[in-house]
Amino acid sequence: MSSIPHDHAAGGHEHEHAHYPGGIMRWITTTNHKDIGTMYLWFSFTMFLVGGVMALTIRAELFQPGLQVVHPEFFNQLTSLHGLIMVFGAIMPAAVGFANWMIPMLIGAPDMAFARMNNWSFWLLPPAGIMLVGSLFVPGGAVSAGWTLYPPLTIQNGMGMDLAIFAIHIMGASSIMGSINIITTILNLRAPGMTLMKMPLFCWTWLITAYLLIAVMPVLAGAVTMLLTDRHFGTSFFNAAGGGDPVLFQHIFWFFGHPEVYIIIMPAFGIISEIIPVYSRKPLFGYASMVYAVAGIAILSFIVWAHHMFTVGMPTAGLLFYMYATMLIAVPTGVKVFNWLATMWRGAITFETPMLFALGFLFLFTLGGFTGLVLAIMPVDIQIHDTYYVVAHFHYVMVAGSLFAFFGGVYHWIPKWTGTMYSEKLGRIHFWLSLVFFNVAFFPQHFLGLAGMPRRIPDYATQFTDWNMVSSIGAFGFGISQFVFLWAVIKCIRGDGAKAPAKPWEGATTLEWTLPSPAPYHTFETPPVVK
Amino acid sequence: MGSTTHGGQPVYYFIPQPSHWPITGSVALLLMGGGAAFWFNGYAAGPWVVALGFAILLFMMFGWFGTVIGESESRLYNKRVDLSFRWAMSWFIFSEVMFFAAFFGALFYVRNLSVPDLGAGSITGNLLWPNYAAQWPTVGPYVTQQFTPMGAMGIPLLNTIILLTSGVTLTIAHHALKAGHRGALALWLAATIALGLTFLGFQAYEYIHAYSDLNLKLSTGVYGSTFFMLTGFHGMHVTVGAIMLSVMLGRVLKGHFDAQHHFAFEAAAWYWHFVDVVWLLLFVLVYWL
Repeated sequence: MSSIPHDHAAGGHEHEHAHYPGGIMRWITTTNHKDIGTMYLWFSFTMFLVGGVMALTIRAELFQPGLQVVHPEFFNQLTSLHGLIMVFGAIMPAAVGFANWMIPMLIGAPDMAFARMNNWSFWLLPPAGIMLVGSLFVPGGAVSAGWTLYPPLTIQNGMGMDLAIFAIHIMGASSIMGSINIITTILNLRAPGMTLMKMPLFCWTWLITAYLLIAVMPVLAGAVTMLLTDRHFGTSFFNAAGGGDPVLFQHIFWFFGHPEVYIIIMPAFGIISEIIPVYSRKPLFGYASMVYAVAGIAILSFIVWAHHMFTVGMPTAGLLFYMYATMLIAVPTGVKVFNWLATMWRGAITFETPMLFALGFLFLFTLGGFTGLVLAIMPVDIQIHDTYYVVAHFHYVMVAGSLFAFFGGVYHWIPKWTGTMYSEKLGRIHFWLSLVFFNVAFFPQHFLGLAGMPRRIPDYATQFTDWNMVSSIGAFGFGISQFVFLWAVIKCIRGDGAKAPAKPWEGATTLEWTLPSPAPYHTFETPPVVK
Repeated sequence: MGSTTHGGQPVYYFIPQPSHWPITGSVALLLMGGGAAFWFNGYAAGPWVVALGFAILLFMMFGWFGTVIGESESRLYNKRVDLSFRWAMSWFIFSEVMFFAAFFGALFYVRNLSVPDLGAGSITGNLLWPNYAAQWPTVGPYVTQQFTPMGAMGIPLLNTIILLTSGVTLTIAHHALKAGHRGALALWLAATIALGLTFLGFQAYEYIHAYSDLNLKLSTGVYGSTFFMLTGFHGMHVTVGAIMLSVMLGRVLKGHFDAQHHFAFEAAAWYWHFVDVVWLLLFVLVYWL
């Protein structure tokens, strides 16, 4: 491959026909942010199906009490890998896929700042995915201590754990490079006139998300490195006999893990903040306060981690500090929710599929936020720690939160990506099926948790049977509904639908809608001027 | 703003052509990660797979960095690209700071929380190990091993002086570069590398001394764990920094860089100073206190 950079000036301008290697080599060697964004999104969807099959196996086992589908050891591997794959393989890459596709177009840049490194950020993910999924097939099976990887269980796991450790190292490198790229692109490649406070909010949320990623992914790398040396090289970080402490791992892990949950949700906030103004035909209410709220959430996210550990035995002063600090997060989050509501207030609202998903997000994410507040109350948390209430809580914020926002984002931008309008009918079917089945699957888990059903177990007392059956039915319904989404997307890619105009949404104001649909391979090679 | 000319035409942005280096690096890391997992679990092929992956990684780094150096020397990078590199290197060093923070955090935790909590007087200590003194440095309540902790005032102090001096020599080299004194630049840069290698030599000697004379090992309780992991990762960073500076010296001798265009040199210098600062923290928190 020639390493001589392509001379933009020689060939022509923005609509110059793209030249790249043919076939698979286009995708392997690409330095184009749109190609890389597409790969991120497909990788994410693939991992979503892989993690989804694991989730459905779990729900099949839990359909009734007793052991009928899988062995308990394998069940534990499924819960662990389901978590790792959905967090690192599905949700985070989806967010980076949106960043790749949209940030350069939203700020009027031609590409990401480091286009080659961008390729590596993506192509590190398939090796990590191979190692995670492949760890199911090595002697001893995959990691089975939960996605949080707590020692001493993870010290005792087999080589599947080592594969998970190295997969996390590789995904961490991918995230750090991707984040450096995003920050540099936003800080350095904005079109003339695009001041920071004029940026679409999606860029702001990703700027702050990327900062969080760079701050905490290395900490996770350190934590799993300590696990590795404790496992194989005789160190005693997490071993009380040598003066260490398993709780130390929990502190380090959650110092990463709590900012991580905001890493998962903040790009979704950004997408929602792009969608709601468009379909309400009003500018976003309280733009500056939205920026400050995201920054506030990011700062607070570093001082709340021990609320995941209320039951490990901390001093009362520590418990109280983490309880109050956690509750503080409701303030900036509330600012965001009320700003979204105020954006819609007296707007000329239409309910296309992206707006439906945004509204679904608004209701269900807020519900998940409320259960988060319930869990933040330390005396309550001690009762429902590690129960299905927690499982219900984080699926409300991750599935009905992040995932719904990503669905909305796909429907919102797919006319720009493919040049074809999605089928509104399929979009609506997808939305309503997802909404109903999501709640059927996860709402009963609140009842199960409050009644005392622990998480991460393959069998349960018969009193929990009814709601588990309901939950399993909902989970299968939700899983199957996603094929409607796949069908709707494939129809767009195949051009089976109405041709999309440059600006299909009446209320759209951001820069990407000034480009033709589909967006040309290279866009904004000469920057637009923003007034 | 920030644009330069190339082939007589303005180039506002620089976007590289498709490249096969990233996928090469991905294959390398897959082999290294997968191979290490097999290696650590007793499979004979493991080390060979890791070695193959590492060889591919080296090949990738030579190729990729070579490409970047070639692009830089062809003056394809304008001021905007230069600024992008500056942002990126700063954030990369921040990520390294956070990596070390995890280990310093672990050191803080064991010294102030977990070890005291294991000693007599605490509930855990009274119930499990009433005779455990819980003093730092410690091998832990259950491991029985005599060892001598590493002192601060011998080689570590010398190494502190060496690294601080290397920071000064590197700054002198940078000033020489900006003033166009190529001979002085090469000389002071070579001196910096020599000081870095001396540091690494003393560090290696210290490790041998620890293992053979002090009975201080990686497995010497949580003191050995934190001591070797912190100083070891620092030593790895010094090694990487010395390699970076050596590449810069090679480029200086080939006539690369001028008073305006030398961000690669500056990035290596930033990295070197970062490694220096980490050492100061190590010297105080690991060796001295």
